Amino acid sequence: MSSTVISHGAAHHDAHDHHQETFLTKYVFSQDHKMIAKQFLITGIVMAVFAMMLSILFRIQLAWPDTDFPILEVFLGKWAEGGRIKPDFFLSLVTIHGTMMVFFVLTAGLSGTFSNLLIPYQLGARDMASPFMNMLSYWFFLTACVIMTASFFVESGPAAAGWTIYPPLSSVPTSIAGSGLGMTLWLISMALFIISQVLGGVNYISTILNMRTKGMDLWKMPLTIWSFFLTAIVGLLSFPVLVSAVVLLFFDRSVGTSFYLSDLVVQGEILPNEGGSPILFQHLFWFLGHPEVYIVVMPAMGLTSEIISTNSRKPIFGYHAMVYSLVGITVLSFIVWGHHMFVTGMNPFLGGVFMITTLIIAVPSAVKAFNYTATLWRGNIRFTPAMMFAIGMVSFFVSGGVTGLYVGNAALDINLHDTYFVVAHFHLVMGSASIFGMLAGVYHWYPKMFGRMMDTKLGYLHFWITFICAYLVFFPMHFMGIDGVPRRYYTFTAFPFMDKWFSVNLLITWAAIVAALAQVAFLWNFFASIWKGKKATQNPWAANTLEWTTPVEHIHGNWPGEIPTVYRWPYDYSKPGHDTDFIPQHIPYSETMSSNLPHDFEGNEEAIRIQNEWNKANNREVIEG
Amino acid sequence: MKFKINNRFRTVLGCLLAVGLFFSTPSLAFQQDSLAQETQVSTATDTVGEGAASPAATEEVADTVSAAGGEAAAATTTSTTASSSSSSASAADEGTQIDPQVYKNMTYYILLFLIICTVVAIVGKVLSIYELTRKMNGKYNPFANNTLQSVLFLVFLVGFFAMLYYGYAVWGSWAWRDAATEHGKDIDTMFIVTTVIITIVLVVIHLLLLSFPYIYRMRSSESRAYYYPHNDTIEKIWTIVPAVVLTVLVLFGFFTWRSITNVPEELQKSAIQIEVLGEQFQWQVRYPGNDGEFGKRNYKLTTPMNSYGIDFADKRAWDDIQGSDIVIPVNKSVRFHIISKDIIHSFYIPDFRVQINAVPGMTNYFQFTPTITTEEMREKMNDPKYHFVMLCNKICGSGHYNMQKNVVVVTEEEYKEWLSTQGKYFTEDLQKEFASASSDDAKELATASLN
Repeated sequence: MSSTVISHGAAHHDAHDHHQETFLTKYVFSQDHKMIAKQFLITGIVMAVFAMMLSILFRIQLAWPDTDFPILEVFLGKWAEGGRIKPDFFLSLVTIHGTMMVFFVLTAGLSGTFSNLLIPYQLGARDMASPFMNMLSYWFFLTACVIMTASFFVESGPAAAGWTIYPPLSSVPTSIAGSGLGMTLWLISMALFIISQVLGGVNYISTILNMRTKGMDLWKMPLTIWSFFLTAIVGLLSFPVLVSAVVLLFFDRSVGTSFYLSDLVVQGEILPNEGGSPILFQHLFWFLGHPEVYIVVMPAMGLTSEIISTNSRKPIFGYHAMVYSLVGITVLSFIVWGHHMFVTGMNPFLGGVFMITTLIIAVPSAVKAFNYTATLWRGNIRFTPAMMFAIGMVSFFVSGGVTGLYVGNAALDINLHDTYFVVAHFHLVMGSASIFGMLAGVYHWYPKMFGRMMDTKLGYLHFWITFICAYLVFFPMHFMGIDGVPRRYYTFTAFPFMDKWFSVNLLITWAAIVAALAQVAFLWNFFASIWKGKKATQNPWAANTLEWTTPVEHIHGNWPGEIPTVYRWPYDYSKPGHDTDFIPQHIPYSETMSSNLPHDFEGNEEAIRIQNEWNKANNREVIEG
Repeated sequence: MKFKINNRFRTVLGCLLAVGLFFSTPSLAFQQDSLAQETQVSTATDTVGEGAASPAATEEVADTVSAAGGEAAAATTTSTTASSSSSSASAADEGTQIDPQVYKNMTYYILLFLIICTVVAIVGKVLSIYELTRKMNGKYNPFANNTLQSVLFLVFLVGFFAMLYYGYAVWGSWAWRDAATEHGKDIDTMFIVTTVIITIVLVVIHLLLLSFPYIYRMRSSESRAYYYPHNDTIEKIWTIVPAVVLTVLVLFGFFTWRSITNVPEELQKSAIQIEVLGEQFQWQVRYPGNDGEFGKRNYKLTTPMNSYGIDFADKRAWDDIQGSDIVIPVNKSVRFHIISKDIIHSFYIPDFRVQINAVPGMTNYFQFTPTITTEEMREKMNDPKYHFVMLCNKICGSGHYNMQKNVVVVTEEEYKEWLSTQGKYFTEDLQKEFASASSDDAKELATASLN
């Protein structure tokens, strides 16, 4: 496959360097992909901590529904009068927790960070195709975060209709307090966020298609880049649909239209809206909403592939299969959204069709899980904290993925829809798995981002506590769901059959609290290491990809001289015959005569002839042309 | 108070102490405590300050230990302060204000966390010093940690299987009740089949995923991995096998789903019809009465008295019965019409494997046949108070967590008897109102009220 190659000469590049960098242009309104990546990451971490604290609040309520915690009143005021969280505010907590985690942490924090950091680095580009758009993407994202957080300072409270904001609950302010100004802010925030995603996505796609260095054809790209590329495509095609959903909802709320509303008598008041359908919103929402879970998990898969391969010192097993399974997931992700709506009153026949497409998507996912495991087989595994998180990611992906066979099956979903089973399923398969992919990425590329190493001991501590506690939090929830305990319940005291889960709820909450405290180890490690970490070497993990050929100190344009040319795929680890156990992508085959394999020449007869001459001279087996 | 920040550990200690002290300051607590208490708190502050700042940093370990000691002292001081203050605080209680004890407790917890942090930091330091000494003695094995982590993965694997077993055996038995409906039996069979399949997959993958790290850990700087980039045959196998298994599940699921949702028209008509209306935060149940048909409902006619919005101009509505619970006869097909008055709710009966959303502006249907009466279920569960319950399963507002209706399955005779005791929607008050609104129909109305 041919590719467009843009190669800046060193001399040409020096011409850029005349402008002065001020504090403002370097750290705040930066157009440099490395700085923007850091901005995305730190904003993402801040949002993650915030959203995590929200989850601890509602977990406290669920574990001790009959206990007062007066300290909560200090922080939450009228939302926790007498130390008890109010039902309305409880729903706000789950809503904002979900929204922030899905959109701000796992979409922007994950693919925003690593797409920005790794796309130019791993492709051999000086920067993104459009650095200015890239900067705008970050600032729209930050504005969205600020507005969403600001909704906590609104008198009627933040949005409370669940992160899926199904109308009419989200469109009729009399039905729930959070659907007042809080919901408006949610919609504005989301609109800005989508602009940010589209700006970012266009940028990622055009950079990947146009700015690869010489020799970097598509089949030599690392799997990280493949996953960012396909993620950006999914985002670009699906996020605009959410805009339409959000805008129509905005009209319904503020202008008096009836796109989603019909036949409503809310709190005794007959509303004038007629002719709309709430199901329409669900279709529009899930047309984004389902691809969104792949937007969340695919970058994590890409990062994991790279980390597992590097630290197993072994090529990723089935590189092509990994790419094709990503492509398969990308395509299928657009035709499965209806599985969120099996019991909403969508035509049951459609439900059957969506069930078939949904279960097909399990095949590429299974292939990925098997290939990760096969990569570990007969590897030479080195347990860096990043590797630990990558293995954890695969474990979560499998544990959460298999339960997809229940909820993706329309008949079984009748009994499981909207119960804790679903909560357990998606928190493992996309929540925990993506977070672990993201943390693995942070530990792995931290030296590239900050030029220093993170503390490994704290990393192990962080990993083990988080890994164990995440399982303790989410695994028991499956059984509550099978019993029929619905999600988004303020307390489980109203039904006798839920009493037996009291001890389990305690366990879940304690595990969640311990996991949350363990994140202090990470935060401390992350922020302290920026200034105090051990200085990183240029290629600390002995990895093959191009980002490790750049100097440790960040410079404008990434490479001081010419951009390296790429000759080989990124997974030549432990190649027999070579003296080190890795061969970076920019090393030509002429320098590795002792380890070249027939497959490497892709039928290039001249190269085979040269190799054969060398083989004869060194008493080696001659390759069959 | 001066922090001499020259290593990382002391920085974090200082910051966390500052946070703790901030919460323990009386001004923040809005408390009207006596001066004596304030001095007590400040003594505590001093102790902590001395402990943390202990400036003569000769050797790191000694330093950390002393800091920790100071802190432990601080914690005890604070807790004594807290206990002494509780009595005076309760005396000076001002009603709306928050008990200062709350802040003391908070401080206590923060200090507890700080102590844990300190212990962790000390252990970390000890470990790194141990490593350093090993290095100096030339006994350091750079792969020791690698081995340790891989062993921990094995330990985790055992723990994981233990959790799996405990979950299935204990929580599984709490969660599982056989379905009490005909279609529920098919769902249960499919559930079991799926569970068997996924358990095998889960166990096998985790066995490999978590034991490979141990088996193939890096043992020396000479060891190499096996260069094995792909094997098309294996990859084809593990694409096709899941695909076949999934095809079986899909077909199984698809036909079950169709049989549940696609009920033939004659069966739809012969079933008992019941309408359920969801609203914030309750359910209303309507039986069609003798004529077997529901009267029209028009949401625009909703009044405080006619909260269901029934159109009584439609005579079929006159005999519609208001059910206090959902009562249905055993072994009879029942067709539920699910509607909503305000926002989306969900009609969910876990024991029956029944769920369908209540959506404003449209009617959803669910038809099923219960097979066990409530009495039989009580005997089976050995719980004389057991009830089938229908609950709302779609977020609908502050009362969402308690929007329920009992479902009672009885014999056919009991059902008929119960139905005759239920009141009608067309109450006398409504009849009067309706009569005055349309006096022309007064004569017919009189006959209706006799029914």
